[in-house]
Amino acid sequence: MSDSADTMENAVETQHGCPVQDSHGQRVLHASRDQYVSVIKALADEGYEMCVDLTGVDYLAMPQRTIGFDIQAERFEVAVNLLSLSQRKRIRVRVQVPADDCTMPTLFDIHPGTEAHERETFDMFGIVFTGHPDMTRILMPEDWDGHPLRKDYSQGSIPVQFKGANS
Amino acid sequence: MTIISAGTAEGGQELLSRSELTAKELLREVGSVLRLSETEAALLAEVQTEAPEDQTMIINMGPQHPSTHGVLRLMLELQGETVLRCKPIIGYLHTGMEKTGEALTYMQGGTNVTRMDYLSPLNNELVFSLAVEKLLGIDGDIPERAVWMRMLLSELNRMSSHLLFLATNGMDLGAVSMMLYGWREREDVLRFFQKVTGLRMNHNFIRPGGLAADLPAGWRDDVLAILEGLPSRLEEYDILMTGQPIWRERLQGVGVITAQEAIALGATGPILRSTGVAWDLRRDMPYLHYDKMEFDVIVGQYGDAYDRYSIRFNEIRESMRIVYQVLENMPSGDFRIQNKKVTPPPRARIDESMEALIHHFKIFTEGFKVPEGEVYVSIESPRGEIGCYIVSDGSSNPYRMHVRAPSFVNIQTMPHMMRGGLVADAVAVISSVDPVLGEVDR
Repeated sequence: MSDSADTMENAVETQHGCPVQDSHGQRVLHASRDQYVSVIKALADEGYEMCVDLTGVDYLAMPQRTIGFDIQAERFEVAVNLLSLSQRKRIRVRVQVPADDCTMPTLFDIHPGTEAHERETFDMFGIVFTGHPDMTRILMPEDWDGHPLRKDYSQGSIPVQFKGANS
Repeated sequence: MTIISAGTAEGGQELLSRSELTAKELLREVGSVLRLSETEAALLAEVQTEAPEDQTMIINMGPQHPSTHGVLRLMLELQGETVLRCKPIIGYLHTGMEKTGEALTYMQGGTNVTRMDYLSPLNNELVFSLAVEKLLGIDGDIPERAVWMRMLLSELNRMSSHLLFLATNGMDLGAVSMMLYGWREREDVLRFFQKVTGLRMNHNFIRPGGLAADLPAGWRDDVLAILEGLPSRLEEYDILMTGQPIWRERLQGVGVITAQEAIALGATGPILRSTGVAWDLRRDMPYLHYDKMEFDVIVGQYGDAYDRYSIRFNEIRESMRIVYQVLENMPSGDFRIQNKKVTPPPRARIDESMEALIHHFKIFTEGFKVPEGEVYVSIESPRGEIGCYIVSDGSSNPYRMHVRAPSFVNIQTMPHMMRGGLVADAVAVISSVDPVLGEVDR
């Protein structure tokens, strides 16, 4: 059949307009940045009432990686783990964040519990969550330079930067 | 690659005084977005407007305060003795363990994660090992004895963690004798851990593929001694604390949180259960053999500090029930998977086989390679859901290793629990959240 490839293409499962991937038996949605908030909102209405985790990944050292589903792989990725208490299900939403525009909309208005996670992700990766009520560092000192979990931030090469410390 | 820090407001992390905040920011800060009911929101507005600047004071509680359980700093805005606002400031114990995790192999990773929540190290190792095993695709092949041993250690660890909670909770509220009793009971469990793993804490005993060693001879008697000694002592503590009017007065109605708030803030563990939500990953999303175990999920009703105390108290008894069932069912067999890829050869083989020696050397220097992929695994630690998100690039080091620490999330509930309460109750609230700062800051 000549159009079997087409039907295979169309057979990609989607949820709220996002392709669904199976990662070791776990359900993963790949959302674009524009879809991000509306997808999380739709999932919250669907029963995923708790956001258990939000974190970032810096894929600088994996430039050749592919995601599939015609999604352009970017340097940063934000992974959000949602939990449905009523249906006992989990889902993960992964969003690509380009290096030259390191911003994401905040989830604070849907899941206030992401407040600390978003601050941590900002602190560690420099991804700015627009609309977040308190976008400050959470783990590092507030006058720290750089974002430690980035792959171009090497270990052990930074002199101690604490305020008033003898250097 | 340029560092993108321009345009980000990296202002102070501290609590700002009222004059520096707009009304909307103030409301946001105390969580008016928490979909509170209208009456509650109205109450909130009253508390807000009735506090002129010259009557309030912002004070620091911690980082060096004995009842903050480590280096937690709370900025409290007080009007008299009433707490109007609270902001936890963390990071004093941050040592970049997630960054360190990227430099260690999967073989060495256990030494890192075990130091995060230092009161339940075995649960940390367990979640890390489960995540690595899932990435390797060997999660279904772990020998039965290893699975049951993991459950045994995990439950004993839950008991020791909750016993320490009883101790610190007692100390914070003035029941100092309870502190000594709690530490004493915990020591019994730690002595067993020392016998099994060689260390009282930070064991690195649960490893990808199984465990580091088999249980020592006489382990069953040691466990039974713990299980038989504890119930009568727990009953004593019940008399000492639960039934005591002063204890009840200090805890009942203090630090109340609703189920709605707890879910919105992502709180898990005893905090979520105290609000009446029966959610325990051991029952609801079972891992290991918890689906075969018979135990009750302890649930509170009022969401106050007393409920959280009672839940942890009774969870010790439930854990004992599980340990008894583990003792009954413990099979014989291997304590780790016989997969050459992840398991080092036994010590005896090294003396007689060159290949075994090379294999042993390579597995400890280079580690084992884990196929590309990403996975999130979570289990119920004594403090709530501990999760491990690992991204692998196919090498022997995790590309990214993130730990979802329950205390890190649970600390967010403190401002809500403290709002409108007294400073003395703030101590009860910190204690009832039971944070471990090692895992908050990682």
